[in-house]
Amino acid sequence: MTNPPPTAYGRPLKGATLAAQRSRFRGVHSISFASMLPVLVVTGTVFVLWYAVSLWLNAPQVIERFDAKPYSFQELATGTWNMERPVLPTPHQIARNFFESVFTEDLDSPRNLLLHAGVTLQSTLLGFAMGVILGVLIAVQIVHSPWLDRSLMPWVVASQTIPILAIAPMIVVVLGSLGWPMLVPKAIISMYLCFFPVTIGMVKGLRSPDPLQMDLMRTYSASKSQTLSLLRLPASLPFLFASAKVAIVASLIGAIVGELPTGAQSGLGARLLSGSYYGQTVQIWSALLMASLLGVGLVSAVQWAQHLTGKQMGART
Amino acid sequence: MKLNHLLAPALLGLVMLALWEALVVGFDVPQVLLPAPHQILQALVKKWDVLWPDFQQTFFKSVLAGFFAGSLSGFLTALVADRFDFLKRGLLPLANLAGAVPIVGIAPIMVMWFGFDWQSKAAVAAIVTFFPMLVNTLAGLQAVDAMQRDLMRTYAASHWTTLLKMRLPCALPFVFNALKINSTLALISAIVAEVFGSPILGLGFRISTEVARMNVDVVWAAITVSALAGSAFYGLIAYVEKKLTFWHPSFRT
Repeated sequence: MTNPPPTAYGRPLKGATLAAQRSRFRGVHSISFASMLPVLVVTGTVFVLWYAVSLWLNAPQVIERFDAKPYSFQELATGTWNMERPVLPTPHQIARNFFESVFTEDLDSPRNLLLHAGVTLQSTLLGFAMGVILGVLIAVQIVHSPWLDRSLMPWVVASQTIPILAIAPMIVVVLGSLGWPMLVPKAIISMYLCFFPVTIGMVKGLRSPDPLQMDLMRTYSASKSQTLSLLRLPASLPFLFASAKVAIVASLIGAIVGELPTGAQSGLGARLLSGSYYGQTVQIWSALLMASLLGVGLVSAVQWAQHLTGKQMGART
Repeated sequence: MKLNHLLAPALLGLVMLALWEALVVGFDVPQVLLPAPHQILQALVKKWDVLWPDFQQTFFKSVLAGFFAGSLSGFLTALVADRFDFLKRGLLPLANLAGAVPIVGIAPIMVMWFGFDWQSKAAVAAIVTFFPMLVNTLAGLQAVDAMQRDLMRTYAASHWTTLLKMRLPCALPFVFNALKINSTLALISAIVAEVFGSPILGLGFRISTEVARMNVDVVWAAITVSALAGSAFYGLIAYVEKKLTFWHPSFRT
């Protein structure tokens, strides 16, 4: 074997290099200023552009309100950046609306965003759990049967070209008319979107053990289920977590789209739809902000679970 | 060998269709819940003169325009970001972050900005397809061996020559990966955007109105059309990929 890169094994190094080595091992947690600077500059540019575009897009309405009277640029700017129903609301308007609807409204009021986020989160998590279980089951079947690999795999891929998001409203309406609670149809849509990345990732992951390791299991005369639980499943965990990060976002999207049909009273999707009906642009944007935060939070949660599992299994991270 | 590869999935597909038909007819499942395959086929034939314009509106206008606009701008942005390291280190974390965000949610805003016609749907599809292309192309441009990089340096090749002769061809598998992801993504997001308002055309419009009228067989016919379109689009890209990146290990068997 050639010399492994020291970072992969964490060979102790001396002095200052050791400290540098340690900080590199912390990976995600060590965010230096040098790596943040470009991100901050790009983000800052986006914000400046945002205010400029919002000035440009909202200006016609504000100018109309000046009614041909002379106005200064400052008046125009404050007007466009604080409109009631702007074409493009400014970040500070969205932030204000977000904080108001999260902190000042009552928890059970339909204007509280946390309530909507909670409803969406429920079906996201239920759908995610069902999707991961289904995806792993299919992957285990595919790995153990060459015939299924050849016949089922193309259909798994083809299943994703069906725009499930398009039939989401139908599933919700039909199951709703049969008396099912809203949660179940939404979770089914999320499950359908979730299982695909999990299946694809797990088929790869379950096949990732070395031939040498597989041979070792054979020498121990391990049964198929023992090979699965002792070798294949542990080996596939990195693949599982990588797919789970994709899957949980897909699940969130499924839940939001499932809330779009008019039947839904609560949930981020319903909030988006009512905002678009009544022209409440600020409300739409703050619902979008909530959805984004939810997405980032869920992905971080999966990452955290991966970190914990890795620790449990003795991985050096 | 080739035939066998097609036969197994085709067989399974037929078995599943037969099972579907048998279960729906046998258990007398109400049509509202799940129509049988033959009913969907009937609806497809009967409503073809409605579904075909819908398909044209959604696919040839919204999806294709959005797909090309989004993929191309993602690709060009990746090239620029690759040239300027500062920009790359600033953009990549944000583009990755965008992957954790349900971007489809901007659909209502785009409909407000660009109106009910296909332009708003193309805008949604363009934004949704932008990020996968950006991330994948950047990853692809990095996927060059140090040895190969050194070889180009020994030839004293300029940045652009290196890009054209070595790094872009190396990035092709990644670019195609993004194109394949984008092909279904563009279709789905265009259809979702149509729910927020559209002219009296389009697959998403058809699905949402026929659901309201409980004409579930027409809905399933529209779904069949979009599934076929999606598969064909995906298949076309996979075919071009096979022709252009025949050298890649995944195609050398």
